[in-house]
Amino acid sequence: MSAAQEAGPTQGLVVGVDVGGTFTDLFVLDEAGGSARVVKVPSTRGEEARGFMNGIARVADGANAIATIVHGTTVGTNALLERKVARTGIITTAGFRDVLEMRRRDRPQTWGLRGNYEPVVPRDLRLEVDERVLADGAVHTPVNLDQVEAAARALLEQGCEAVCVFFVNAYANPVNEAQAVARVRAIWPNGNVTAATEVLPEIREFERCSTAVLNAALQPVVGSYLTRLESDLQQHGFDGELLVVQSNGGVMSRQTACDVPVRTALSGPAAGVIACAAIARASGFPNVVTGDMGGTSFDVSLVANGEASLSAQTSIDFGMVVRAPMIQIETIGAGGGSIASVDAGGLLQVGPESAGSIPGPACYGRGNTRPTVTDANVLLGRISAERPLGGGLLATMDVELARAAIDEHVAGPLGLTVYAAAEAILTVANAKMAGAIRVVSIERGHDPRKFAYMPFGGGGALHVCAMMNEVDAAHGIVPRYPGVTSALGCVMADMRHDGVQTLNTALNALDVDDLVARIDGLAVACQERLDSAGVAFEGIRESIELDMLYVGQSHTVRVEVTRDALTQAGIAAAFDLAYRAAFGRSLTGIPVRILNLRYARIGQRPKFDLALLAPTCQDMPDALGTQAVFHAGQWRDAVRYARLDLPVGAEVAGPAILEQPDTTIWIEPGFEGRVDALGNLLITRQPS
Amino acid sequence: MLDPVTLAVLKGRLEQIADEMDATLYRSAFNPIIAEAHDACHGMYDAATGATLIQGKSGLPVFVGAMAFAVKAAAKAAAQRGGMVDGDVWLFNDPYEGGTHANDFKLVRPVFRQGKLFCFLASAAHWHDVGGAVPGNYNPAATECWQEAVQIPPVRIVRAGTLDLDVLAILKANTRLPDSLWGDLNGQLAALELGAGRLAGLLDEYGDATVLESLDTLRERARRLMRDHIAALPDGQYAFEDMLDNDGVRDTPLRIALTLTIAGDRLTLDFNGTSPACAGPVNISRATAIAACYVALKHLFPDVPANAGVLDAVDVVLPDGLVISADRPRPVGGYTETILRMIDVIFCAMAQAAPERAMAQAYGTINALSIAGYRSDAARKGQRWVMFSFFGGGHGGHSDGDGLSHGNAPISTATIPPLEILEAAYPVRFTQWALRPDSAGNGTHRGGLGAIYEIELLEDSADAFIFGERGRSAPKGIAGGGEAALNVFRYQQNGQWQTPPMRSKMLGIQLQRGDRVRLETPGGGGYGDPAARAPAAREHDRKMGYVSEKREERDNTKEQLA
Repeated sequence: MSAAQEAGPTQGLVVGVDVGGTFTDLFVLDEAGGSARVVKVPSTRGEEARGFMNGIARVADGANAIATIVHGTTVGTNALLERKVARTGIITTAGFRDVLEMRRRDRPQTWGLRGNYEPVVPRDLRLEVDERVLADGAVHTPVNLDQVEAAARALLEQGCEAVCVFFVNAYANPVNEAQAVARVRAIWPNGNVTAATEVLPEIREFERCSTAVLNAALQPVVGSYLTRLESDLQQHGFDGELLVVQSNGGVMSRQTACDVPVRTALSGPAAGVIACAAIARASGFPNVVTGDMGGTSFDVSLVANGEASLSAQTSIDFGMVVRAPMIQIETIGAGGGSIASVDAGGLLQVGPESAGSIPGPACYGRGNTRPTVTDANVLLGRISAERPLGGGLLATMDVELARAAIDEHVAGPLGLTVYAAAEAILTVANAKMAGAIRVVSIERGHDPRKFAYMPFGGGGALHVCAMMNEVDAAHGIVPRYPGVTSALGCVMADMRHDGVQTLNTALNALDVDDLVARIDGLAVACQERLDSAGVAFEGIRESIELDMLYVGQSHTVRVEVTRDALTQAGIAAAFDLAYRAAFGRSLTGIPVRILNLRYARIGQRPKFDLALLAPTCQDMPDALGTQAVFHAGQWRDAVRYARLDLPVGAEVAGPAILEQPDTTIWIEPGFEGRVDALGNLLITRQPS
Repeated sequence: MLDPVTLAVLKGRLEQIADEMDATLYRSAFNPIIAEAHDACHGMYDAATGATLIQGKSGLPVFVGAMAFAVKAAAKAAAQRGGMVDGDVWLFNDPYEGGTHANDFKLVRPVFRQGKLFCFLASAAHWHDVGGAVPGNYNPAATECWQEAVQIPPVRIVRAGTLDLDVLAILKANTRLPDSLWGDLNGQLAALELGAGRLAGLLDEYGDATVLESLDTLRERARRLMRDHIAALPDGQYAFEDMLDNDGVRDTPLRIALTLTIAGDRLTLDFNGTSPACAGPVNISRATAIAACYVALKHLFPDVPANAGVLDAVDVVLPDGLVISADRPRPVGGYTETILRMIDVIFCAMAQAAPERAMAQAYGTINALSIAGYRSDAARKGQRWVMFSFFGGGHGGHSDGDGLSHGNAPISTATIPPLEILEAAYPVRFTQWALRPDSAGNGTHRGGLGAIYEIELLEDSADAFIFGERGRSAPKGIAGGGEAALNVFRYQQNGQWQTPPMRSKMLGIQLQRGDRVRLETPGGGGYGDPAARAPAAREHDRKMGYVSEKREERDNTKEQLA
């Protein structure tokens, strides 16, 4: 990629590596030399470490020039989605071996009563032992450690590589579970032993069991991947720190990632959102909605006041629940490869069915003949068939194949011209994507009109003006390198560790000293994790939250508290404020409970100056020419520019096409773009 | 005519408004039946007919059909009492007019545009306790509606934007759990408020006429899609009947009979031959019965949009005076069991016409179990507690594969509360929470497994109530698939296990500390000839303990006898 500045002296490089489905992106930061650059190599699916090392080889002569590597990985996610996890066993309380398979008594779809569920751990590998703790923490039946050992040996005989010990009510008192885990660890031949409450000491047995079991099942997969990666790096002379991005947007050490691999479930996408948040803050837009448009899906996240929103729980697939703080990402099936069709009722549909990257859109000519969103963009002139994305790493495109597909499957059935049909496909896809934006904003009490829209990934910038129109956003921001945003985020992310404990107490019965002691305990544990990574921090920040509710309610409200307000009255006031913010009024006279304590400790890594990425050219370049684009029912001549050649302050009025190796930006008529001091393109409506 | 693009966009936007109303109530509701079990629904209804225009995706499926009747009932009452004005919210729980049962409070809010009624928004939700003889209102011995719950006709809970504190006071005086009631009502009002605001924004953006036209078109499309589906089925008459164990008062089985006729693009569901209205609470009103037909058809044809168009191509023949067309004051508290059986017979009749379209019967009972008493410890002495939940079972096998184990009932999308939450809130201990081997119907594709729940009392004493079905007649298979296991409820008294005379229905079971109750729920029926089941699937079932060797032996003997 033509990116950026020449490499400076190769001392103490920080390298962010994002391994995606198609490309492995590296963002190389040379802080001493004050420069940054980008490396893009093809990914090697199923053997991610190889693509990773290919990329590293292009960073510098030897890996010894690299001080820190921060990695965003989808190895964990893919292993879960493809069910390529380790053979894993469960040792659990007598009477409860089926908690995992019974889920929360749900079903995959509201309508149809079809679909099934295959638990990650099959029933014959879920063994029961005598033990029982009650909800108040009292030990009803002490754990039978001989049974525990026998169960562990039986699982080993069955070929299990990993094991999870999960006892009912252990959140209230982990004594039985801890004894059992100690006995299992004493005989288990490797380190892949997960104690459910060590991963998640929180009430709700299915969610805890699922999270812990997925952790156990991922340990051998993620562990061996990261261990191999580290040893490959060391063979190439690397003696710095290998860090991994967590789903919560913070980074952790390689060792922590091996211990709690379930925290990598959304590692890759989280890094992208972190970069967007930083770019938006630096550009003066603390409130943005980010949209990552890939081949099959569109991922939306919300950044409010400069911080990415976190959700407490995420389902990777039906019944595959991970309860851990993760960047809140709303995913819908609308990407470049989403297939457009007309249903039996005559309604135009786009997605969720997708042609993916193989065989890909019809215009790739690789066997798919049904029209996709990319085909519509190609036919309408928004992507030039002669200049496909990815700097030649992707296929060439045939506009006639796109035309034929749209004509047969959409224009014909709807009685439209082929161009009107292509525009209709984009309109429906845009409306669908805007729906996801509304979900992350309106449903959580934010007005999307007050947020800037920031597309990233390869496809998003084609739709930036359309999205602004759909949600009535005043500003759009296209980052300077939208295609490598996740790699950039790896370099920018802080180190973060979370802890949770279930309190389940009435507010008026709260022992404040005990609460403070618990917070201090979590702080020490998280700090130990931070210290173990060998990374220097500029500062340490903590966040304390309580999950609270009125007695009788079952959904909690997250209440942020500060250490100086840790009194019953201070907590009550904070709850009142949070409840009003969520529901418009509070309910007086009903007693309040505290369910969980949530703690996060953040080690702030040195911030690099985004101005490093800013354009250095001074003069407005000549246009590359014009391109015919079909928009709002007619053909128009759009002016074409090479995006990275535009200097700070450059202004381009729509209709315009801005091209760069990893994306194309389509500025619609009525909009204009301006390059800000950091090289981002700010898009606004033209004053009329 | 509306262009197809605007139509697709408006469809998504309108559905999203209903979804957001659902989400608002779930987050703010007090009682777990709404917050966890999603026993609620929101939507948009026709100004003139009350017909369903748009429905939230996560709401309780059975409300989809019933809400149209509820909206009509509120409009009728309002017409007799001065009409509706902007900012009104009407509230009622009359199940004969509005469908389902008295726990479900329906709130109806008119939406006006330029002084003219544009449509209705409505919210329905299951309140935890609304008076009557039994906490939680599942009274298996009720013979009149007043023994089940307080009866509230359509009244204004909000008058032109102002909450009516008089009505609120009456409601609060008629429940064992006034805080819960107020919290749930508050959530429903908030959902309607949000819906009204969002709809006004959409109408301003697209114009009233365009939105109305899109709603008409969507109904027309649902109608057309449904007709296409029906036309693709072979013409003919297909009959099926199934039984309810009893009505909880008299121990006589009740018949649900159906003749399903396909003639071209019309479908007739004729329930002649069904038992007359009964003494106990398994009656349902006509509105509920039609809602049940809707749910069954939506499961069979899931791609048809959720609006009234689904029923336009369908005739439902429902003579007066049946157990499925009952009038006041016949008790209707156990409506869930009866509509599940209606869905069962529709699936089985459809399976004769097109087995690949249908699913075998699901477990077919919600098993409403409540355990209630007073705290005896010093700190909480005399405090009342009521644990109430529904329990799961297996789904039926189908042409694509085995049924889902431990699913929720076809009429609901409810999740079950975590046992750790129940144990933390109530003085009980679960001694088992497990899949139930041998509970599924055999077949080329077997049913999903039911479950076993066993609960021990940790207080000095308590009363238990059970309202379930399928104790005498098991869930059926289709296309040659086998029956699932029966529902089994038992309870301990002085250490001895007992079975209720009515099998799965009993009032006031007195438990002492250490006594247990045990529920073993049915799996789903099987699909297709069991002999054609893949050997690898059989082997897997055995290895996982889903099917025991004992059960296989029994099945083989049966096959040989047949």
